[in-house]
Parts: sequence; structure tokens; C-alpha cells
Amino acid sequence: MHLNNISHMDYLPDMEIIQSDIMEKVLDYMEAYDADSYTAQDVQRALQKEWLTIEDYGALLSPAALPYLEQMAQKAKQETAKHFGTSVCLFTPLYIANYCENHCVYCGFNCHNHIHRAKLTMDEIEQELQAIAATGLQEILLLTGESRTASSVEYIGEAVKLAARYFRNVGIEIYPLNTEEYRYLNQCGADFVSVYQETYNTDKYEQVHLSGHKRVFPYRFYAQERALQGGMRGVAFGALLGLDNFRKDAFAAGLHAYYTQQKYPQADISFSCPRMRPYINNAENNPNDVHETQLLQVMLAYRLFLPFAGITISTRERAGFRDNVVGMCATKISAGVRTSVGGHEEEQKGDEQFEISDSRSVEEVDAMLRQRGLQPVYIDHVRV
Amino acid sequence: MEDKLILGGHTFDSRFILGSGKFSLDLVQAVAEQGGAQIITLALRRANEGGAENIMEYIPDGITLLPNTSGARTAEEALRIARLARAIGCGDFVKVEVIRDSKYLLPDNYETLKATEMLVREGFIVLPYMYPDLNVARALVDAGAAAVMPLAAPIGSNKGLATKEFIQILVDEIDLPIIVDAGIGRPSQACEAMEMGVDAIMANTAIATAGDVKQMASAFKLAIEAGRRGYLAGMGRVLHRQAEASSPLTGFLED
Repeated sequence: MHLNNISHMDYLPDMEIIQSDIMEKVLDYMEAYDADSYTAQDVQRALQKEWLTIEDYGALLSPAALPYLEQMAQKAKQETAKHFGTSVCLFTPLYIANYCENHCVYCGFNCHNHIHRAKLTMDEIEQELQAIAATGLQEILLLTGESRTASSVEYIGEAVKLAARYFRNVGIEIYPLNTEEYRYLNQCGADFVSVYQETYNTDKYEQVHLSGHKRVFPYRFYAQERALQGGMRGVAFGALLGLDNFRKDAFAAGLHAYYTQQKYPQADISFSCPRMRPYINNAENNPNDVHETQLLQVMLAYRLFLPFAGITISTRERAGFRDNVVGMCATKISAGVRTSVGGHEEEQKGDEQFEISDSRSVEEVDAMLRQRGLQPVYIDHVRV
Repeated sequence: MEDKLILGGHTFDSRFILGSGKFSLDLVQAVAEQGGAQIITLALRRANEGGAENIMEYIPDGITLLPNTSGARTAEEALRIARLARAIGCGDFVKVEVIRDSKYLLPDNYETLKATEMLVREGFIVLPYMYPDLNVARALVDAGAAAVMPLAAPIGSNKGLATKEFIQILVDEIDLPIIVDAGIGRPSQACEAMEMGVDAIMANTAIATAGDVKQMASAFKLAIEAGRRGYLAGMGRVLHRQAEASSPLTGFLED
């Protein structure tokens, strides 16, 4: 499906439009955000506060905050302990399909990339679920590429129902849906929705999403709100760091979460912090100016701005980085990860989305957490 | 006369209730021992049913479990979580937590009251966690709560008795045990609450985030005992700095 003749800011006919002004607020703030305008004093002031203003948050994301990274880390560690104690949640993703109708230039699943495409049958999904459940995990994240045709809402719904038999928590990371479709998946057993905006710069967004439904920026932006209106317990936010100006993107992602939680105060809010990674047929794909230092700065700023929000640390990052950020700012870590379709139980059926940097098993990650004085938590929500 | 804490007809020597939600589980037993706690809360959302890490295995013998309904956003959800707790063998005690705010985690008093009414009808011993509001506390008494658990400050904040005046009102007016829950960050704050006449203290973050958790548990035990003894002894006169007026206001009296 080629949709590059449509405006990236206009909804397509089947896309639900909800009443909200959050996108306008976030984009206005982001537009005005000038990371270079902050001084050391602004950063020091922010570090003295318990609850940060939006301006304080901007200061912590600015280059002026780089010399204060250690202080930010010390404060983040205290905040993380205050809100989460020593708990760190464990989960794993399961890719059930990698068909995709979008042409996103930075992603290994993009529809023009020649990779092995696959979609697991329900029997295959069940085998994968059993293999993962045997590791002791109780939370799973189901993922698909973004293809309504190949991986319909009904197909995902059946997969969620199966997953809910083996796992106490089921999250989904799929293409954005309408409210009623989220409600359906919630009734099937999913209660957490992750949608990443990739970049909040609408011009850049248009340039890197050449075709497919994903090209429509506002429909993606309001996915979290529709999910919450559809009864989901929580939602995750994130920008793909390195795609555009990462400071502006992280600033916008933080505000997106902030305003959404303000409007839906009961919602669980979390962040993911993906950086660009190499993928099949594009070994050069990389996070540009987002090195580990900058990634950590973003994670610490998220923690200090919204100290109650969960932060998930991806297997995109190396073990040494992941081990040190859990308990400091990250509160959730994946383990036993495959980003291919299937591959937990038998041979993988389809190619992976990106290269991972940390292939440790659940047992190994569990041992690492204990050794660091942290408490591995396999279940943190009871669905009643 | 023996000084006991009585909750729903059950008698306890210790006035220290230990929260378990923010600990590494293998520390719970040692912390309970050091703190002399006889009641430990248990977040049901963390309790596995046969999973890799079953929190109940870590609860020492002789300890009364106080399952909480954390994660509940409505009275209905609290009721269902409490039933689940009872079904997996946690007993009849339940601490009601109904929270519809993921930022400050402040309890929703309205839903808490509704949940208390429902749970009492099902025979639970109900300890509601609440924002210290006298009217709600009175309604909780009428609903059949076994105690009232007002917060001292936002949960996890370690800010101490930010709601001191309002907790004192509950101590003075409510004829049920008052257990201060949430916000107590230091042993001295626990001691101060006990001096006010509070019946027990619940603490979690203050201990879980301490440098030496066992030692901090022991410090809380001593502080709570000291505060209780001070309260029972009756506070002596505390002199204030202001000078008394030089010409007496009552000098006009003739008899």
C-alpha cells in the first residue's frame, strides 16, 4: 500500500479522531524548546527540586546538564528507590509476525526490505508461549509488524487470549488501533499498550515514513489516549533516539506522557528508550549522536521529570549498560530476548527487526539483579 | 495493665507493621525479626501462584499477613483482589488501597469507603488506607473498619508527619486504632506519631531504602516503643519561649 501521496497530518477514512489538545500542546512546546538556551544554573535549580517543571525538564535534557550527569544519576537513584524500592520487573517480547505495510527507512521490518517474512500460527504461538513460560516469566509483550492485512486485529486478539492463559500480564506492541479495537484486545486479556512516535518532528516524520498507515502522524500520536479510553491499564511512550534531534524528541516524548497522565491520572505510564540499531541489509544504521552518555542523560531526565513512570531498558543496549541503569533509572528489563518471529521454542520462522546486544537468559538476568541487591519481580499487577 | 494492639479481635504485642513491597524478599525475615514486626503487608499483585518467586514463602512463621489491594482503582477491584487473597490462603485481614492516581498515589477516600463496606459484609477484617479526613474516618467506623490507616505524607516520600494536625484529630475523635501509614521516613517521625497517641506505624520505604535495612528496622522498633511509652506516661509540660505578660490579665478578680 502506497500512501505517500497523502498528507502525513491528515487522517485516513477509517482512523478514529478523538477530542484532545495534547498533540497541539506537545508540538508547541517542542517547537519553542531550545536546548542550547539553558545554563548550569538552570540545571542546578532543577536538581534541587522534588517535582520538576517543564522548564526544569528542558534544562536536564540540555547540553548544559552533561557536566551534571553524575548528580542526575545520584538523584535518579534516590527517586527510583522512593517510587519502586529495589524492584525490577522482568518480561520478554514475542514477535508473532513481521509483515509490514509501512516504509520506515530506519526499520528492518520495512515493507521494501527483503527479509524472511512470517506469521506464527496459533499452534506455533502456543509452543512459543509454553517455552517462555517455562523460564518463569509471567509478563509477555506480543509484537507484530504493522500490517492490518497480514496480522488482523482478530488474529492478534486470538494470540492475546492464548498468551493470557500462560501469562499474568500481556502487553501489545502493534500498529495503532481505534478505541473499540483496543477495548476488544483488552477484553481478550491485554492491558498494556506500547506505541512509539519515533520522532515528534512532523517534517522529519514525513521524510522517514514514506508510505503506509504509519505515515499519519496524529493517528499514531493519539494511540495511547485511545488505548486508555478503550480500558487499557497503561501505556508506553518513546522516541527512536538518533532519528532526529534527540533532545527535542525526548522532550516531546516526556511531555506526551506528562499530559496523558494528567488527563488520565489512573494510567500507568512508562517509557522505552530505543536507539537506532543495525538491521539486515542496513548494517550502517546507527544512533548518530546519541552515544551512551546521551542515552543515559535522556533516561535520567525521564526519571527526574516523571519519577513515578516506569522505564524499560532494551536489549538494544549492551549488558554492561543495562546492568548499571536498572535500579538507577530503569525499572523494567527484558530477558531471553529474540527479535525474530518465533525462535524461543524452535527455529525462528522470520527474520529479526534489529540486532540485539544482550542475549542473556532469564536466569542470567535474574542472577545479575540479585547480585546487585535488586529484587527481580515477575508479576506486578493482578488482573481482576 | 498490658498494652496490646487489638485489630479485629486479634491481639498483637508489636506496634510496628512492616511493608514488604519494596524489599528484596530474602531480607524480609531478618527485617521482621530486627523490627519485632508481627504483621507484614503483602501486595497481592506481587504474589505468584506457583511462579518462580512466591513472596509467601518468604514470610516467617508466626507472622500475620496483611494482604493489600494495591493496583485496585475501584471498590469493585479491591473486593475482587481481597477475595483472591483469601482464596490463596492469606486469611481474613485486608488492607484496602484504592488508588486512581499514578503520580502521587493518593488514596481515593470515596472508593475506599465503598470497598470497606463491601469487604466488611463479606467478613473481612478491614484496615483502610486513607487520606486523613475526619468525616470519612467516621464513615469508616460506621462501615465496620477494624482500624483506620491515615497517610502521614505521600507514599514513599519519607517526608514525615505532613498531615500531623489531621491525624491528631483522628486520634482524638475516632474510637478505632489509628495506624499511620505512608510517608514516615525516620525513626524520630515514627516516635513522634506514637507520642501523639497513634496506635501503630506502618513503614516500608524508609527501611527498604536505608543503608542498612536490618539496623533501620531495629531503630524503628525502638522509636515506636519509645513513642508509645512516652504517650502512656503522659507528656510533661513543655515550656515555650514566649515571655508571659508582665501585668496579669486576671488581676481584677476580687474573690
